[in-house]
Amino acid sequence: MKSDPGLYDYWPYVDRPTLTWPNGARVAFWVAPNIEFYELAPPVNPVWKGVWARPVPDVQAYSHRDYGNRAGVWRMMEAMDRYAVRGSVSLNVALCDHHPEIIEACAARGWEFFSHGIYNTRFTYDMSREQEREIIEDSKRSIKEHTGQDLAGWLAPALTNTEHTMDLLAECGLKYTCDLFHDDQPLPVKVRSGRLISLPYSLEMNDIIVYSYYFGTPRHYRDVLRAQFDQLYAEGARSGTVMCIPLHPFLVGQPHRVEAFAEALEYITSHDGVWVTTGREIADWYYAHHYDAVAAAIAARAGA
Amino acid sequence: MPVPADYLRYPHRSRGMDHDRYEWSILFRRKPVDWPGGARVALLVVPALEWFPLDMTGKPFRAPGGLERPYPDYRYYTSRDYGNRVGVFRVMEVLDDLGIRASVAMNSAVAERHPFLVREVTRRGWEVVAHGVHMDRLHYGGLAVDQERQQVRESVGTLRRLSGQPVTGWLSPARSESDNTLDLVAAEGIEYVCDWVNDDMPYPIRTAHGPIYAMPHSHEIDDRVILLDLHHTEAEFVEQVCDQFDGLYREAGRHGGRIMAITLHPWVIGQPYRVRPLREALSHVMRHAGVWSATGAEILAAFRAQA
Repeated sequence: MKSDPGLYDYWPYVDRPTLTWPNGARVAFWVAPNIEFYELAPPVNPVWKGVWARPVPDVQAYSHRDYGNRAGVWRMMEAMDRYAVRGSVSLNVALCDHHPEIIEACAARGWEFFSHGIYNTRFTYDMSREQEREIIEDSKRSIKEHTGQDLAGWLAPALTNTEHTMDLLAECGLKYTCDLFHDDQPLPVKVRSGRLISLPYSLEMNDIIVYSYYFGTPRHYRDVLRAQFDQLYAEGARSGTVMCIPLHPFLVGQPHRVEAFAEALEYITSHDGVWVTTGREIADWYYAHHYDAVAAAIAARAGA
Repeated sequence: MPVPADYLRYPHRSRGMDHDRYEWSILFRRKPVDWPGGARVALLVVPALEWFPLDMTGKPFRAPGGLERPYPDYRYYTSRDYGNRVGVFRVMEVLDDLGIRASVAMNSAVAERHPFLVREVTRRGWEVVAHGVHMDRLHYGGLAVDQERQQVRESVGTLRRLSGQPVTGWLSPARSESDNTLDLVAAEGIEYVCDWVNDDMPYPIRTAHGPIYAMPHSHEIDDRVILLDLHHTEAEFVEQVCDQFDGLYREAGRHGGRIMAITLHPWVIGQPYRVRPLREALSHVMRHAGVWSATGAEILAAFRAQA
């Protein structure tokens, strides 16, 4: 086991090369709904046994999640439509088979699909390289077949990783990972071959963290989203920043929560200098304009 | 089976403490302390710079903020690392703007991994406080004394070498000690310890190597405790910092100089949405006359001069 992931060098958030976004935007703003399928009776992973807290069937927890697909996602989608915000869907790709109507609705809106594994109930712990490669390839095939899109991004199912994950993503041609929370800017990830970047996703701005870990109220969530934006917008005057709102439709799509989220979207999109975008677009822009300069600057610093 | 007879014997049942590390003493019956310049409140801001290794064992217990998921737990590792890469610079900007000098509790592993951070701390005239080796190298009852001595020496020695400072303050990782910790840190020249949360002012502690001092270091006015443990909001964090200050400031009028200690974790308070609340709270403190922003070593020197 390693004491340091070995995926990136220390790179303090001062004196960095300036990041620019299209049209001089200060903040690249993206919204990443996790559209997930939890199995009622998943097989047990040998390393991490806890999917459901209660014996199967855990009716309350299972149906709470299922609410997101039956009801929540549609309400969330409507709120995003109002402010012309496209989603970058963190997708359990089995959902293509279970609920194709959701995939069609997102695709019709021009949303991006990236992979969040097959099911959120199948963890990568103890997978061999070959097995982990297989879920990446399955994701590429499934998303291509159902949406025509080439898979660009990855958020590990239930945020479970192996030491090989990042190397495999790069080998399979993916562009970005959402699993690293060390920074507020995209950064190169050290991989064995090819290139990969970390894209700022967020735990702190994630509805599940605010609602289920911090036990926040909807109005508190709205205020937190605004405060996050205010700071990143201010810093964005110096160098481009990224703000992501990760969502879970079973939480944000509840009637008592969705308007607070909509108010935050209204606030953010009412500012000039906000690039309302997707994960793939940020990654493409970064590779085209910043990757080489940042990689060189980090290498120069490490050698100094 | 009833409990053994010993269970109803009370060998330490007498006036004072049940140990001899320090004396029983009532805060409000001591000689008032005067701070330099007639200040009422000494402001002691203590950001912690911590490293939680990816392969941490969590033994004999998981330090607060420790990794929670199976290996490799990138989720929590990188969330904590965020503080040393990004969050700390937001905290520094706020403190710089308000003219506050901090005492930084630093794992020696952080200093070794990030010499840049050591320079950022020392060039501001901030104090480096030894904070053990890292967050999975704990001090605890049952730790072999030779092992613990080695941990203390590694921490203090590394931080002295890399900071060029005398390093006279100590905070144990997770505020956890063994029965030997105080003697071991005193042997290495530590003069004050921040682990004990039983007073608002310094007080002397006995060690095998002469007296050292306990220094107030708040476990209540602590961003991680208020925001992550108690789940209070950022606005409620600000209220509590302000209320703590107001209370101490009032009290100082009758009882002499007080110390306002604030404990910060850049991976918590350095998140974008929490930086403005930090600025608001500290601005409230700094807009009062009679506030002395000082390091732990400076506060101790002023205190000792009158003891």
